[in-house]
Amino acid sequence: MSDAAAANLSVSDEVAIQIIGMHKWYGDFHVLKDINLTVNRGERIVVCGPSGSGKSTMIRCINRLEEHQKGRIIVDDIELTHDVKNIAEIRREVGMVFQHFNLFPHLTVLENCTLAPIWVRRLPKKEADDIAMHYLERVKIPEQALKYPGQLSGGQQQRVAIARSLCMSPKIMLFDEPTSALDPEMISEVLDVMVNLAESGMTMLCVTHEMGFARKVANRVIFMDGGEIIEENEPEEFFHNPQSARTKLFLSQILHH
Amino acid sequence: MVDASRSYEPGTHPDLPPPLAVRGPILWMRKNLFGSPLNVILTLVSLYLLYLIVPGILNWAVFDAVFVAGSREECREIDSGACWALANVRFGQFIYGFYPVSERWRIDLTAVLFLLALLPLLWDRTPYRRQWFIYSGLFPLVAFFLLVGGFGLDRVETTRIGGFTLNVVIGVTGIVASLPLGILLALGRRSHMPIVRTLCVMFIEFIRGVPLITLLFVASTMLNYFLPPGTTFDLILRVLIMVTLFSSAYIAEVVRGGLQAIPKGQTEAADAMGLGYWQSMRLIVLPQALKISIPGIVNTFVGLFKDTTLVVIIGLTDVLGVGRASLADSKWQGLAWEVYVFIAILFFVCCFSMARYSIYLEKKLHTGHKR
Repeated sequence: MSDAAAANLSVSDEVAIQIIGMHKWYGDFHVLKDINLTVNRGERIVVCGPSGSGKSTMIRCINRLEEHQKGRIIVDDIELTHDVKNIAEIRREVGMVFQHFNLFPHLTVLENCTLAPIWVRRLPKKEADDIAMHYLERVKIPEQALKYPGQLSGGQQQRVAIARSLCMSPKIMLFDEPTSALDPEMISEVLDVMVNLAESGMTMLCVTHEMGFARKVANRVIFMDGGEIIEENEPEEFFHNPQSARTKLFLSQILHH
Repeated sequence: MVDASRSYEPGTHPDLPPPLAVRGPILWMRKNLFGSPLNVILTLVSLYLLYLIVPGILNWAVFDAVFVAGSREECREIDSGACWALANVRFGQFIYGFYPVSERWRIDLTAVLFLLALLPLLWDRTPYRRQWFIYSGLFPLVAFFLLVGGFGLDRVETTRIGGFTLNVVIGVTGIVASLPLGILLALGRRSHMPIVRTLCVMFIEFIRGVPLITLLFVASTMLNYFLPPGTTFDLILRVLIMVTLFSSAYIAEVVRGGLQAIPKGQTEAADAMGLGYWQSMRLIVLPQALKISIPGIVNTFVGLFKDTTLVVIIGLTDVLGVGRASLADSKWQGLAWEVYVFIAILFFVCCFSMARYSIYLEKKLHTGHKR
């Protein structure tokens, strides 16, 4: 898929995620400082930045794996508050893929995928199985359905993790460094799945350092450092014409080594 | 350039069977018994010690032993070995205590029903497992009526339940009741709610800090001071409660160890998928944590089962109590060896079965490679 095609992917005017003036502290440590971000439905956003810059923490706030202390987060028209019902509702609509896959080792691949549909969405087992097989085919590992995660390679595990999230038919997908823990040979198989997902119009927020992926599918790249959003731009502009000195330094370090 | 010493082209090397020297019993012996000079010496010394000890034990316990006799004197007249005739004559008492002889069938029936109730719990391919679980859930009630009486069965005073039956009743009740209680305590100790956590910590630390004997004495004497006068509260029931509380504190700590070994990512993944706290505990965390905790849990259960003999100190006649009573019989005086060896064998069979079952369970629950 060419860069031009990526830009053509439809982005609606509807807002999927809105973060307004969000702050977060770990004890005395101010991790996130005044984060403002609006993600429209169908947008694919790549978040990059040095380690410790708060990018993972930011996306983990969106489904309340981390709690923010100030500001507002509105996901799919639901405001994230202490109300447990709101949190549960948002988590049902937001899928997440982790750096270390976090598959459940005591369940088979199929059971990993059907667990949430059965227990959270209350689907009958048969239907959940069908949905799971559909998504396992989409990530190209239906033949592994009855194996345990421990018997799969890292790339396969991460694809299962993506399928598992998709089984909940989320409106938004969060990716927290999905390829950082993989062997180089396996990165592309996971990225292929993610590109495929982007093409289907999924709203995606990816923390990743895969700049090739960013160029291919992102319609915005966000650079974070020190808990702040430093720069936010379209991929072409971001890579060829970075505005801040900090961004230039970061790009020079990750692109030329 | 192709390396002439290569027997296959690159990329075409087939999978070959391993060389013979890494398999087979002779290799095993060479590796494990005669690997080094020190190993050879140790092996020979061990064989010599076995040669010295084993025949003596076998002669005493089997070849020179007397199985049928009327008293210790008769035993000695017949042969020089162990006088198992005592265990033979007193077998009923060792097992049933002072339960009325005409009612002993009720204990036998309970034991059979107990094994049947255990089946679906221990073996996951039991036919109609779900329906069978209902029976397992009802079994404690059935056992209670069978042992104590009611519904047309004659009442038997609980003080007459004794012998090995008493040990099994206390042990099994303690094991069955303390596991769920221990799991709840472990979860409570890791709870984010300060009151729940504090209560659980206090309970666990208090119970662990006090010897079981003390708790049993509290059960047998002090509770009467606290309860309103006139209330009778069965002694065995009190013991059951104390033993359960005691072992639940230990189970809680064992399970907490298992819970802490589960990576945080597991609960995060469950949270992110929208599972609630109890769902994520029941479906994700506990199955893994309990699997890790199996050795510790079984260890606690084995300890608990053996500790049931402590009730002899507060005046209940468990199997050890019956043993002591039979030693006091003038006809059988001086047979302490036989009595205690017999009791030891009873316990060993039960505890060893538990240990073997736990190994079977660990193997069965093992799912692929650990990450």
